[in-house]
Amino acid sequence: MSEKVLMKGNEAFAEAAIRSGCRYYFGYPITPQNEITEYMSRELEKVGGSFVQAESEVAAINMAYGAGAAGGKVFISSSSPGIALMQEGFSFICSTEIPLVILNVSRGGPGVGTIQPGQADYYQATRGGGNGDYHLFVYAPSSIQEAVDMMPKAFKIAEEYRNPVMILADGMLGQMMEPVILPEPVPAIKQEDIPKAKPWALTGTNEARPHNVIRSLYLVAEELEARILELDKKYQRARKELVEYEAINLENAEVVFVAYGSTARITEEAIDLLAEAGINAGMIRPISLWPYPYEAFDKIPSSTKAVISVELSRGQMIDDVKIGCCGRFPVSLCSRVGGMLLTPQEIAADAKKVLGVE
Amino acid sequence: MKTVFELTKGILPEETTYCPGCTHGIAHRLVMEALDEEGLLGKAIGVAPIGCSILAHRYMNVDMCESAHGRAPAIATGIRRVQPDKIIFTYQGDGDLASIGTGEIVQAAHRGEKFTTIFINNAIYGMTGGQMAPTSLVGQKTTTSIEGRKKELSGMPIRMAELLATIDGAVFVERVALDTPANVRKAKRAIKKAFLVQQKGLGFSFVEILSTCPTNWGYNPVKSLEWLEENMIPYYPLGNLKTPKEVE
Repeated sequence: MSEKVLMKGNEAFAEAAIRSGCRYYFGYPITPQNEITEYMSRELEKVGGSFVQAESEVAAINMAYGAGAAGGKVFISSSSPGIALMQEGFSFICSTEIPLVILNVSRGGPGVGTIQPGQADYYQATRGGGNGDYHLFVYAPSSIQEAVDMMPKAFKIAEEYRNPVMILADGMLGQMMEPVILPEPVPAIKQEDIPKAKPWALTGTNEARPHNVIRSLYLVAEELEARILELDKKYQRARKELVEYEAINLENAEVVFVAYGSTARITEEAIDLLAEAGINAGMIRPISLWPYPYEAFDKIPSSTKAVISVELSRGQMIDDVKIGCCGRFPVSLCSRVGGMLLTPQEIAADAKKVLGVE
Repeated sequence: MKTVFELTKGILPEETTYCPGCTHGIAHRLVMEALDEEGLLGKAIGVAPIGCSILAHRYMNVDMCESAHGRAPAIATGIRRVQPDKIIFTYQGDGDLASIGTGEIVQAAHRGEKFTTIFINNAIYGMTGGQMAPTSLVGQKTTTSIEGRKKELSGMPIRMAELLATIDGAVFVERVALDTPANVRKAKRAIKKAFLVQQKGLGFSFVEILSTCPTNWGYNPVKSLEWLEENMIPYYPLGNLKTPKEVE
């Protein structure tokens, strides 16, 4: 077991990726995630990997596509507007089933917005900005430790499902320092082992096998339909196997918050404040945002009076909260935007208002 | 009976999707022959982006991937990192490389990426039905310049070989044409040299191939070759712009 170290979120994410066996990283500077790009530029070569500073996020995601197609274990990171530029690549990478781990250290938008934390990329992450029927698998850590623990798991899922996995963090997690236990290092795959481990990869035929083709163009409608249905089987399997959430204090809860990422940590404090005021509050914390833990909402007791979606956006996850609630409870939004954070007091006051106390 | 002509080993016996008289077939064959003659077919990895030749993998018997429009040089950059001992090439058209993909090609050349780009310049967007490309000639009629390309509106056609030759990382740059048997032979020599530059790890190598698009130009195949010779070659002069001394 590794010892506990004090690390900045971004550097911990980068080190965790390397320890998960990642040897290829392609990055472009954007705040608040630059420490990751800088860390990879320093550290990857030391372990026999490669770092390329791409000319744009568009190029970075395509370099990732190429390295993944050639059988490498690839990690990329960016922040909201940069992730927007990568959407074309995400669609291609899902279509061609290339494993990849993506980290979004998200910030406020729209447009250039701000470099302060935000959660307004929920639609972008879970609905996708690229074209076509595809899904990223999206996980939202609420602490640096959780993000670091997710990293080896994200690589494992990406490789097993042959689909990109996104870790949706935010500027707060990226920029703060916390004590963290890093994962044990996993050995990287050697180039000579790729043909056996990934028989689909572009490794050269050696004139000993039929050529491998990685493609997403299917001009015959029947062929494309069959292909999409095949991919959908994987997405349906993911919906069954990859859901993760935490349910806190739902029993006898008068009000249930739904919050993810660092906002969930703040919400936990609001639950304590409400308890002091004699109000029983609970929380559903989705850990996987796609697939979304709709089944968690079945655990909310019918005596609950209100469900509140707590987000640093003007209401994006609330759509999924409403789907989860199926009309059983009134659903409202508690939010700050533009880089502003919610305080536990604000969240507690919002709950009191919704419940009609005070 | 003596065999006088056969498919090269690198070309698969697929029914073609290219139009009659299109020179993609010749260019495909030259790339595969060049690899085969150096014993490199088994080590080759190709990237073909959107455009008519996105289907190059139907014909080229080497590992290949498709690419979004313009992004092939970035993809080749990624492949190169994981497969450092392979022969990697992109096969890109002019709408792709000289328009939407200028960022990727310039920056790959700038980094001195050790792969080879085969650039098919036929002065038009082929797959989408004959729109003006950055390489379309002044006065050339296309579906988005029905009275002919105007300099005032669209600028002068871009000369990618000359542009890339100004970049230090691009160490081999040559422009060839497929209008005559003699030029086809020269084209093959240039492609072989480009691969040699890559094998020696000298930097980025680039071969621009002046090609025809009879369907969208609106000429028959023979007239297309004449049009290439009379109109394209004067504006896009043939020849080598850069060769590293190691392969001279």
